[in-house]
Amino acid sequence: MAELNTGGDDGGKGKKVRSKKQNSKVDLTAMVDLAFLLITFFMLTTSLSKPQSMDLGMPEKDSKIPPILIADARTLTILVGENNTLKTYMGQFASPIEAPTSTTYGKDGIRKKILEKVVSVPVTMGDPKKGLIVIIKASKKSNYKNLVDVLDEMAICKVPTYAIVDIEKAEDALLKN
Amino acid sequence: MSKVKMSKKATSIDMTAMCDVAFLLLTFFILTATAKQPEPLPVDTPASTVQTKLPETDLAIITVGQKGKVFLGIKGTDVRKRTLELLSEKTKIGFTKEEILKFSLVDDFGVPLNELRGLLTLKAADRNQEGLQKGIPHDSIDNQLKEWVLAARSANAELHEKQLNFAIKGDAKEEYPEIKKVMDILQDQGVNKFNLVTGLRSKDF
Repeated sequence: MAELNTGGDDGGKGKKVRSKKQNSKVDLTAMVDLAFLLITFFMLTTSLSKPQSMDLGMPEKDSKIPPILIADARTLTILVGENNTLKTYMGQFASPIEAPTSTTYGKDGIRKKILEKVVSVPVTMGDPKKGLIVIIKASKKSNYKNLVDVLDEMAICKVPTYAIVDIEKAEDALLKN
Repeated sequence: MSKVKMSKKATSIDMTAMCDVAFLLLTFFILTATAKQPEPLPVDTPASTVQTKLPETDLAIITVGQKGKVFLGIKGTDVRKRTLELLSEKTKIGFTKEEILKFSLVDDFGVPLNELRGLLTLKAADRNQEGLQKGIPHDSIDNQLKEWVLAARSANAELHEKQLNFAIKGDAKEEYPEIKKVMDILQDQGVNKFNLVTGLRSKDF
């Protein structure tokens, strides 16, 4: 590839000193390689450096709007506690359909549970429009990562309705033991 | 028997054109790339699988980190300028034209209003010193964040005739009540929809 031949040997000494003809072709392979490497780098960094974001709609705070009554069987409450603890129960706290159980984050814990409920709730309600409603209650000791993790599960499991609600004292106490 | 002659191909290809194109593209990408600005409050955002990009304009980013410190960043120099003008009128601090102009170049800040003037006199490189900016007060006694949010929203509506979007960029280790406080301030003004800035991860965790 490299073409930097400098002509043949002239042989005799006493002859005319010929000016060496420079080969006009320069090998550009390495230069092109470098250019494409840099292009790839800049392309990737420009599109990847834009921060990702997660849309979050919160319920209206206005207390004038009357509360919507929903069936207990549709609601799954997730309690987010400190040190990455999680508890879930179905229905109301005072009279749960499924008693609070502890789970873990990730695909083997909470996600299995939600995916199961996403399928089972419309069946038990007998109406495909009446899907699962997840209520997320984060305790005061939980951190922001926990909240985002739970919200992320909502996105992964495609939960139709979910809301972040303030935790109640009894629930907070439950998380502590 | 005549031998089948193999036509000899030239081993070198003319790469001039390829090189030209490559460098043209390279120049384009270098020029369009925006350099990352140093942040006064670096945070480690939690990761999520959601891949929605943040909007480029009409956006205000509220950064929460280091035990409840709140910083505000508004996109667009014109909006920033108008925001401080509105706030200056309202609080009667009376920022000068030069100060407002300087402020319009500040991407991210986190100082109480009475310290803002001092911050603006500093050089841009000195503003990001650790511990210099204490965060915008946002408690019930002195809720300056609320004022900033309000001013930024009206400034954006005035200039761009669009709703200002809000993004919350919280540190993964930040306690939930600190985030909740910021959300409450936004919700009190009827901003019920906002973005949470996150990193990226795969679904397999």
